[in-house]
Amino acid sequence: MSVLHSAPRFTLIEGLKGSVSSALGDHLVEAHEEHGELLFTVHRASVEDALRILRDDFDYQQLMEIAGVDYPSRAERFEVVYMLLSVTKNSRIMVKCTASEDTPVPTVTTLWPNAGWLEREVFDMYGVLFDGNPDLRRILTDYGFEGHPFRKDFPLTGYVELRYSEDQKRVVYEPVELAQDLRQFDFMSPWEGADYVLPGDEKADMPPVDEPKTTEKPSDTGAGAKTDKHAAEKVSKAAPAEKDADVDAPAPEPTEDQPKRAKRKGKTTDTAKATEPKKGDE
Amino acid sequence: MQIEESPTTGDETITNYTINFGPQHPAAHGVLRMVMELDGEIIERIDPHVGLLHRGTEKLIEHKTYLQALPYFDRLDYCSPLAQEYSYVLAIEKLLNVEVPERAQYIRVLFAELTRICNHMLNIGAHVMDVGAMTPNLWVFELREDCMNFFERMSGARMHHAYLRPGGVHQDVPEKLLVDIGEWIDTRLPELFGDAMSLVLDNRIFKQRNVDIAVVSKEDALAWGFSGPMIRAAGIPWDLRKSQPYDVYERMEFDIPVGTNSDCYDRFVVRVKEVYESAKIIKQCLRDMPTGPVASSDRKVSPPKRAEMKQSMEALIHHFKLYTEGFHVPAGEVYVATESPKGEFGVYLVSDGSNKPYRCKIRPTAFSHLQAMDFMSKGHMLPDATAILGAIDVVFGECDR
Repeated sequence: MSVLHSAPRFTLIEGLKGSVSSALGDHLVEAHEEHGELLFTVHRASVEDALRILRDDFDYQQLMEIAGVDYPSRAERFEVVYMLLSVTKNSRIMVKCTASEDTPVPTVTTLWPNAGWLEREVFDMYGVLFDGNPDLRRILTDYGFEGHPFRKDFPLTGYVELRYSEDQKRVVYEPVELAQDLRQFDFMSPWEGADYVLPGDEKADMPPVDEPKTTEKPSDTGAGAKTDKHAAEKVSKAAPAEKDADVDAPAPEPTEDQPKRAKRKGKTTDTAKATEPKKGDE
Repeated sequence: MQIEESPTTGDETITNYTINFGPQHPAAHGVLRMVMELDGEIIERIDPHVGLLHRGTEKLIEHKTYLQALPYFDRLDYCSPLAQEYSYVLAIEKLLNVEVPERAQYIRVLFAELTRICNHMLNIGAHVMDVGAMTPNLWVFELREDCMNFFERMSGARMHHAYLRPGGVHQDVPEKLLVDIGEWIDTRLPELFGDAMSLVLDNRIFKQRNVDIAVVSKEDALAWGFSGPMIRAAGIPWDLRKSQPYDVYERMEFDIPVGTNSDCYDRFVVRVKEVYESAKIIKQCLRDMPTGPVASSDRKVSPPKRAEMKQSMEALIHHFKLYTEGFHVPAGEVYVATESPKGEFGVYLVSDGSNKPYRCKIRPTAFSHLQAMDFMSKGHMLPDATAILGAIDVVFGECDR
């Protein structure tokens, strides 16, 4: 596929996928190339070793970012993605591993000091543990926050809200109370990919019945007695044709006299000549 | 100061002093709380507490369509809004592989550079003010105001533009605006900015406060994930506009200013020089900008013109679909980083093929820089902390997301 977009163009090194794959050896699970991005999935236990190889042998000097992603349907629901940058070879790659809530990922603070906060953030947001991180505290959320907000099963509104209480003269935490429902619009077309049940959809899967339900006599249908025969008769043959309106006829007299208005008190006559040109202007 | 009895000699000994810098401190550039351990006036350790402005932007984005999520990016680094949008739209375009018309590319580059000037005006002014000077800040704010007026004429908004779109920009710019920007670049910017900088650059007090403060070696700058003016001040000529060009940056001729001493003064001067380089790029954009469409003609991505909608049923349907359901982005994951005025601003976008991002991780520039605050400040005096912080150019909307 030809590249049409104008996103940043870094150097695509020939055969990098193969050479990195062979260098990573047993650490590697899968190498993947899509959208011009190289992505290496490695075993969780050997993240540190794999990244050390990439840093020392492939000149990826900088760790720009560690991102967490949550896929709740997977057995190991979290992915930890490391974005590496080589300023000498002008190349970017991504390395990722999977993790679950109770399987710690080895820290890379030993390789890059800035991994400390990046790992703290992933821990804070997803609850992924990093083995060996010397300072694995929460970082972005509030002091004393509970839960990991970026997990897919954490509600967007959260669980607690805080306000300043005038009575207690301090900030108090309360359960979230929504004045109206959180407006969650679903614009997905029902023809493609809507995974919810539309009203009436449940009938589509009903099995056909063995004995169709019938009524023996017309009186059992509950329709009541027949109507009078005369009801069907027409009263007249047709409605009378309308006469053409007489155009020349005078307008009808008003049915009621209009009450006489009192004369207005404003001096409207004084302004009557205001719009006329003044004589001196000519 | 805590005074304790020494258990051995019986003398009074002075123990380390721990203070809070912030969260409400005018030199903290926002809501930053730093727990500082001081030995007298010497900083022993700094523990920055960030996240006081955390709004969960990334999670909010997961609940919006691609187009609805765009304005969140203005609100990250509210001093350079367009630079954040840039990474996001490029990430979407990379996944969609959609072509951007040439005029739109020039407009984007032009206003990205104007954003850089606008951002540096704020940072330069704030940095100077942090170390005690008042006047230059007021002068460069005049220029910032001019930039804001240009942005208002570009998008209708002074700060939160929401101007870039996947596949181009929202609207074409008026010809008169381009003329006025060209005039401004030639006259008002160099005059006013030159005047303001003549007060600062050779100023003895300013140098005393900045030279040899927070020296970072090349190796450290790489290891701590520095980017932007921070890494350039360390002497590494690394600029994503040059090395990984996007849009029409590869056609632009500009220099990358680098520092020699890697201190706060170098970081400041790198930014000052960058303003002139940005002005050069803007001039080239104005010179070379072609006429033509400003948004992709792919109707599955960018909406039709309103006039077209009055005539064509197809156009009406496209418009309706785009503004209700939005467009679907092919499944995949990309990491796209651009050179924002503060450094590398990246967006890691994971799409599952639907109309909403599955995951949108934002790589803020300030996060890595602020993390290095501890090792940069160690051994410096307490008042130096404000100079170091000013030279980082930190904005908390972006750092905390």
